[in-house]
Amino acid sequence: MRALVIDDSRTMRRIVSSTLERIGFETIEAGHGREALDHLEAGERVDLACIDWNMPVMDGLTFVTEVRANPAWRDVTLMMVTTESEQGQIVRALAAGAHEYLIKPFTADAVRDKLDLLGLIPAEELA
Amino acid sequence: MTLSAESFAYVAEIVRRRSAIQLDVGKEYLVESRLLPLARAAGQEIDEFVDALRRRQDPGEITRVVEAMTTNETSWFRDGVPYVALRETEVPRLVAARRGVGRLRVWSAACSTGQEPYSVAMTLADVLPPSMQAHILATDLSEQVLERARSGRYSQLEVNRGMPAGMLVTHMERVGTEWQVAQPVRDMVEFRAHNLLDAAPAGPFDLVLLRNVLIYFDMPTKAAILERVRRVLHPDGALMLGAAETTLGVHEGFERVSVGRTSLYRPLAVDASGAPAPAVVGPPPAAAATGVPLPRRTAAPVLPATTPTPGRVTSTLPPRGATR
Repeated sequence: MRALVIDDSRTMRRIVSSTLERIGFETIEAGHGREALDHLEAGERVDLACIDWNMPVMDGLTFVTEVRANPAWRDVTLMMVTTESEQGQIVRALAAGAHEYLIKPFTADAVRDKLDLLGLIPAEELA
Repeated sequence: MTLSAESFAYVAEIVRRRSAIQLDVGKEYLVESRLLPLARAAGQEIDEFVDALRRRQDPGEITRVVEAMTTNETSWFRDGVPYVALRETEVPRLVAARRGVGRLRVWSAACSTGQEPYSVAMTLADVLPPSMQAHILATDLSEQVLERARSGRYSQLEVNRGMPAGMLVTHMERVGTEWQVAQPVRDMVEFRAHNLLDAAPAGPFDLVLLRNVLIYFDMPTKAAILERVRRVLHPDGALMLGAAETTLGVHEGFERVSVGRTSLYRPLAVDASGAPAPAVVGPPPAAAATGVPLPRRTAAPVLPATTPTPGRVTSTLPPRGATR
């Protein structure tokens, strides 16, 4: 399984990436939505994108909308990982096409619970 | 400050006496982590705290310690797959079977802080027809956790544990920095103190959840609890255990059936000794009348505007891969 971690904070990218790596994901990182789209346009295989909301150049919601507009990327599971915690924001993200929504701060167990909901726990973890 | 063997033995003894839960050697960390907050609140080290507890023999204090030791962390829609089975298979079957009664009764035993009964209530709120009522009796040994559960309020960290985002925005409301289970879902659940060593609440129940709690009991106690559950289950009702639990080899009065991708246990009409046993005992359920009408669904579950991939995760309870 391969995850694309999109966040303008390098520290946060490392936290999310290392949590996913412990579960068995390979990770790649991007500092904003545009950089993340570059990875996808370059043909990188991505099973899961973890997306911050507020970022420079291209925010997370725009990234979600862009990914959903391109049928070639329909297999990418999209999970917002953000401090935006208002009910209305969660509804907006789901309506734009995000599959799940994790509010910061979170624990490693919470990430695992979400991946479990999404059916994205790597097979070797299940053994 | 580590716990002395003497303190551990005393705590293990009072917990065993009051709840029949076995704390074997090796569980010292559990005693420490659960009792440290109480000791600190009293301004004591943990051994001092246990010493004082033993000297004073104050029933209230002992109850608080037993409660602290028997409270479990729970997450929403724990293990996922069982809730998909309820939603897609078991509840529709029960709805058809109880059409004449118009009511489903559920018992969530050892419900801790309420995530389990509320997860069941949210599932039922989504799938029951308006003509069908549901009443969920949620019980736990600990008054302290029941009080928290009744409030239906959870921190962001607690909500992050397994609550699908679609369910969150449909069935919970933001209250300050916390989230609260919406009133219509709270109204479906009645919380009541109950010790699994005592007689079961009056049945019959269509569904009993007894998840991840039998592991704490010794074998004869497990069998006795399962027998009490069997007797309050409706003959075509179901028992749901934890993902790693089974009645096999513990109590022969159940039949394991595959429902969706999970296992449920249906009561057999003959008890373990081979003697015929009534499927339901006890007085007629007065509580059955307390079922509340289900909320009409005013809002459809929030789904992404497009369904990009068939079979992909877009419902409020996403399809799951395999269980852990």
